[in-house]
Amino acid sequence: MRVALFLTCVNDTLYPETGRAVVTLLTRLGVEVDFPAAQTCCGQAHYNTGYRHQAEPLARHFAEVFGEYDAIVTPSGSCGAMVRELYPRLGERARAEGRGGGLAATLAPVVPKTYELTEFLVDVVGVTDVGAYYPHTVTYHPTCHGLRGLGLGDRPLRLLRAVKGLELVELPGAEECCGFGGTFALKNADVSAAMGTDKVRSAESTGAEVLCAADNSCLMHLGGTMTRLRSGLRPVHIAEILAGTEEDGEAGR
Amino acid sequence: MSGTFVGMPAFPEAARAAVADARLRGNLRHATHTIRAKRARAVAEVSDWAELREAGKRIKDHTLRHLDRYLVQLEEKVTAAGGTVHWAADAEDANRIVVELVRATGESEVVKVKSMATQEIGLNEALEAAGIRAYETDLAELIVQLGDDRPSHILVPAIHRNRGEIRDVFRERMSDWGRPAPEGLTDSPAELAEAARLHLREKFLRAKVGVSGANFMVAETGTLVVVESEGNGRMCLTLPETLISVVGIEKTVPTWRDLEVFLQTLPRSSTAERMNPYTSTWTGTTDGDGPTAFHLVLLDNGRTDTLADEVGRQALRCIRCSACLNVCPVYERAGGHAYGSVYPGPIGAILSPQLRGTASEIDASLPYASSLCGACYEVCPVAIDIPEVLVHLRERVVEGGPMVREGNKVVLKPAKGHAAERAAMRAARWAFSRPGALRTGQRLASRTRRLHPRTLPGPGKAWTATRALPAVPPEPFRDWWRRTGGGKEGGK
Ligand code: SF4
Repeated sequence: MRVALFLTCVNDTLYPETGRAVVTLLTRLGVEVDFPAAQTCCGQAHYNTGYRHQAEPLARHFAEVFGEYDAIVTPSGSCGAMVRELYPRLGERARAEGRGGGLAATLAPVVPKTYELTEFLVDVVGVTDVGAYYPHTVTYHPTCHGLRGLGLGDRPLRLLRAVKGLELVELPGAEECCGFGGTFALKNADVSAAMGTDKVRSAESTGAEVLCAADNSCLMHLGGTMTRLRSGLRPVHIAEILAGTEEDGEAGR
Repeated sequence: MSGTFVGMPAFPEAARAAVADARLRGNLRHATHTIRAKRARAVAEVSDWAELREAGKRIKDHTLRHLDRYLVQLEEKVTAAGGTVHWAADAEDANRIVVELVRATGESEVVKVKSMATQEIGLNEALEAAGIRAYETDLAELIVQLGDDRPSHILVPAIHRNRGEIRDVFRERMSDWGRPAPEGLTDSPAELAEAARLHLREKFLRAKVGVSGANFMVAETGTLVVVESEGNGRMCLTLPETLISVVGIEKTVPTWRDLEVFLQTLPRSSTAERMNPYTSTWTGTTDGDGPTAFHLVLLDNGRTDTLADEVGRQALRCIRCSACLNVCPVYERAGGHAYGSVYPGPIGAILSPQLRGTASEIDASLPYASSLCGACYEVCPVAIDIPEVLVHLRERVVEGGPMVREGNKVVLKPAKGHAAERAAMRAARWAFSRPGALRTGQRLASRTRRLHPRTLPGPGKAWTATRALPAVPPEPFRDWWRRTGGGKEGGK
C-alpha cells in the first residue's frame, strides 16, 4: 500500500515537529509513508472565507499530487474534512454553474482515500495501542471538524487511553468550539478570544498538564491564548504523544 | 426589515461590546446551557429523531418547491372558510394593509401574540405612526416592550435579562402601559408571572383587534396553527372581534398529516418539552365563536428571492425553534442584539442577509459571525446546513455574482472593504499553486524568525491583541524531509 503524508501548509511551516512525529509513529507501526514534495494547501482557508473559485485550483493540485496513492494521511481534522466533505461540494457547485463534471471527476478519487491520522490508525492500520509512553496528565479537545465534520468519534480517546503512563482527564464542555475558525479568529477577534479563554479555563479546571488535540490550527489559537493567560497548560498535538516511547524517555517531551 | 435595526454597527463591533458585558454574558451562558442540556435529553427520548428530522426536511423542501401551488390552495380554503387573504410583497405593503384593516374597525389599540414576522416588518412602529397602540402579550415580549428594548432571542426575546432586571422593568414601566405592578413586587418567578397576568388580563378583555403570526399554515384546509407555552396567544386568537394574522409564505405545509412531524420536533427542539402546553388552530371564522372577521396577510419580503437561490433557500425550512441559537458558542458570547435583526444567532446570520440583501455593513458582516463549528447544523430539526449557507453567503459578499432581488436577476458586485483580503487570497493561491514559491517563503520566514514582531499590524493585530503568535521553527518539515531522506538518515 502506498501511503502519502499530507502534512498541510500550517504544519509544514509552523509545526514541523508534528510531521516528524507522524513519520516516526507510522514507521514504528510498519507503515511506510511518502511525502510528496509538490503538496501545498488544501484550499480550506480560501473556501471558508468565500473564495471558492480560488480554492478550486488548489483542490485540483491536491488531487494531482495525491491521486496515485492508496491512502492519504493527515494530522489535521479540518484539512481532512475539507477534502472529504467539501471537495465533493466544490465539484457539485462547478457542475451547477454549468462548468461540467470535470472538477468533480478530478477530485472524486482522493476523497475516500483521505484519512485523518487517528482514523487511519484505528480503521486502516487497525491498532489502538501504538506502543506509546507519555507520563503526563492529558485532557483532550475534540476539534469541531474532527468531531462533526469527519465523525472521529472516540478514536482519539481510545488511542490516548492505550498510552502507557498517560492519565486522561475529561474536558468539561469538550464539544464546544474553541473559537479558532480560520479567518473567524481575525474577523471576530473578540468573540474568538472569549471562546478561546473559556476553553483554556475549562481545560485548566481538569488539572491536566497538557491539552491535546488532533489539529494544530486550534492548538495554535489555544496555545497563544495560554501564553497570554500565563496558563500552566501546554498544547500538544496527539501525534506527538503517540510517537513517544519508553525508550525515548523524556526526549520526545 | 424592521426600522428598529437600521444603523446597527457591523457584527464584530456590536459583539465586542457584548463580550465585554459580564452580566450579559452571565445571563446568556446560564440560559443557553440550561436549555441546551434539557433539549439534548428531550431529543434523546425519541428513538426515531433522525427520521423525524429527515421527514421535516423533506416536507419543507417539497412545499417550497411547489409553494406557488400550495399558496393558491391556501388562499382558496381560507376564503371559503370566511377569511380574507391579502398578499404583501414587502414590509411597507404589509404594514399598510394592517394599518388599514385596524383603521377600518375604528379601534386605536391591538393586542399581539408574539410574531416575528411583524417584528421583521416593524409593524409596531408603523401602527404607532398611525396612532394605534400595539400591546405585546407574550411574557418575554412584554418585558422587551416595557423595557424599550429589542428582542434578542427567537423564543425567549428577553433572554438577556435576569429576574432582577425584569422586576425593575415591571416596577418602573408597567404603570405607563396600563395596570401598574403590585406593591412590593419581588423577583420570584411566581410573583413576576402574576404581575404580568394581571397587567395583560385587562388588555385581553378590552381589545377588539388581535394581531398574530403563525407557526404553520395548512394548505389543505386553510388552517393556521400557533404553538405556545403561556396561553396568552390563545387569548389573542379568541377574544377579539377581528383577528389579523401576518405570516411569512414559507410557513405553509400541505396537509394536517405533515404537522405530526413538526409538533414532535418543534417543542423538543425549542423548549425541550415533549409537547408544548398550548396548540391553537383556527380556520376562517365560525358563527358565535371567536373573531367574526379574519384576515391573513401573506408576507413575501425577500422570501421568493431567497427561494431562487439553490444553496440559500434551505434557510426557508426554518421552523424557528431556536435550537441553533442555544447551542451556538458565538451567540452565547455576542448576544442576540449584535446580529442587528429579529432573527439572531446562526439562523439570523443566514436568513437576514438573504431577506435584506448584503448591501449594508451589518448584513455583509453576518455571514462571518460564525466559526463554522457545525453545532447549529447538528441540532437543527429540519437539517439546515447553516455552515454551508454561511460560506455561500461569504462568497456572495467577497466575490459578488448572480442573484435575484425583487424578482429580477441581478449580478452583485463584491462588497467594498475586501480588496486587501482578496489580494491576499489570490497571492496565497498563487504561491500554493507553486510548491517552489511556498518553499521560498518558508525559508525566508525561518531565516528571519528572530526578527518577527510580537504584535502584528493591520488585521493581524486582532490576533496578537489576545493571543501570542507561534514561533517560526528553524526548518520547515519539507526541508527536514529532504535533508534526512524522510527521517532515515537520523535527522531528528
Ligand atoms: S435554523 Fe433550525 S435550529 Fe435554527 S431556529 Fe431554524 S429550525 Fe431551529
